[in-house]
Amino acid sequence: MIKTDILIIGAGPTGLFAVFEAGLLKLKCHLIDALPQAGGQCSEIYPKKPIYDIPGFPEVLAGDLVDNLMEQIKPFQPGFTLGERADSIEKLEDGSFIVTTNKGTKHHAPIVAIAGGLGSFEPRKPQLENLAKFEDNGIAYMIRDPEVYRNKKVLIAGGGDSALDWSIFLADVASEVTLVHRRNEFRGALDSVEKVQELKNLGKINLITPAEVVALKGDDNLHSVTVQKTDSKAHIEVVVDNFIPLFGLSPKLGPIADWGLEIEKNAIKVDNTLDYQTNVPGIYAIGDVNTYPGKLKLILCGFHEATLMCQSAYQRIYPDKKYVMKYTTVGGVTGFDGTKKEAPKAVVKAIE
Amino acid sequence: MTDIKIKITNRDGVLHEVDAPTDMNMNLMEVVRSYELAPEGTIGICGGMAMCASCQCYVKSEHELPEMSDDEEAMLAEAFNVEANSRLGCQIHMTPELDGLEVELAPEEV
Repeated sequence: MIKTDILIIGAGPTGLFAVFEAGLLKLKCHLIDALPQAGGQCSEIYPKKPIYDIPGFPEVLAGDLVDNLMEQIKPFQPGFTLGERADSIEKLEDGSFIVTTNKGTKHHAPIVAIAGGLGSFEPRKPQLENLAKFEDNGIAYMIRDPEVYRNKKVLIAGGGDSALDWSIFLADVASEVTLVHRRNEFRGALDSVEKVQELKNLGKINLITPAEVVALKGDDNLHSVTVQKTDSKAHIEVVVDNFIPLFGLSPKLGPIADWGLEIEKNAIKVDNTLDYQTNVPGIYAIGDVNTYPGKLKLILCGFHEATLMCQSAYQRIYPDKKYVMKYTTVGGVTGFDGTKKEAPKAVVKAIE
Repeated sequence: MTDIKIKITNRDGVLHEVDAPTDMNMNLMEVVRSYELAPEGTIGICGGMAMCASCQCYVKSEHELPEMSDDEEAMLAEAFNVEANSRLGCQIHMTPELDGLEVELAPEEV
């Protein structure tokens, strides 16, 4: 069981900055994120794109903003559970919470701050009949262990980097690799595109373009997929053991929607007059995931919400303690790792 | 004020004729959101970076539209329910030339 003061769900910019504000109050944080890396949308969707409205940064790349935030919160030693999605929450008698991920990791904290942005990033699934039936019986949306595909007949659909890279990798593992894409053109690193061309010429990858998977066949397990050529509308039946659609990720609010929180417009309603708490005391929602009158989904608003949330969380954890906010310029930043940053002291010394 | 008229069929098949300003640096996705013709959180998810397909629409009229960028083309190559007249609403900026534009919102991806 992982124990912490504030359990933050979502390691995007808002969740990361909450670690800093909590740290100033000597509160420890642990973050859960479904993605394998911190940074949320900034890292996953647009790391190389500039942002122009972070106060004090005329221009900053989303990826650099995340790097800077990670550097800023380092002294407060946040814990991370990455690549796991927060699935269920249980309120204990003492008012604290246990949050369990899809992989069974349990986290215990008196405060839960949902900084889930647009939700957890889930693989985009093609709209095909019987798709759910064959999930885990031949269909997978990510490749966890390539050995599963050894000597199997595999069909990959998609035209991006992951479709290209896995086709290349599995060409040496699987007995047969078919790559289906809606266009003739692929979009990926030049190396990958050229490598696929080479493997196609060698007959190691069976390329079907422009085409689309239109039907799935099988009994308990997937047996074959029907591929339709876009131009001729001709159907090709491909016998396969595995079908791997790789169409990227899209965010879904997911299980958090079933946590008994008030939801409006696909977002969690919070009290914006005070502390961004939800209708469940002890659970807060900050950043893009929340909504209130006049809400703006901006990173800078998430930072503000995180700051007020931490003050409220502190009062909830230590109801009897008196606290007055201190400027970092005055109080410095004392990390849990023993580091201390503070403004250089002026000296009083006569000049002779 | 320089408004144009746009006909938007929402995902339930209901036709709306709306006024869209051309002087507010707005795109079609934002027009749809401003009139709440699709539930918040189901359209414009990436904020207009052509990095999701939640604002995909089918262009029904013969208007000459700006050419697709590489980003838009790549996104539509990966999206679902794509037709020959599919475009991403976030990439269609409101200009006086688009007066009378008719579009239909593509179904939401589930």
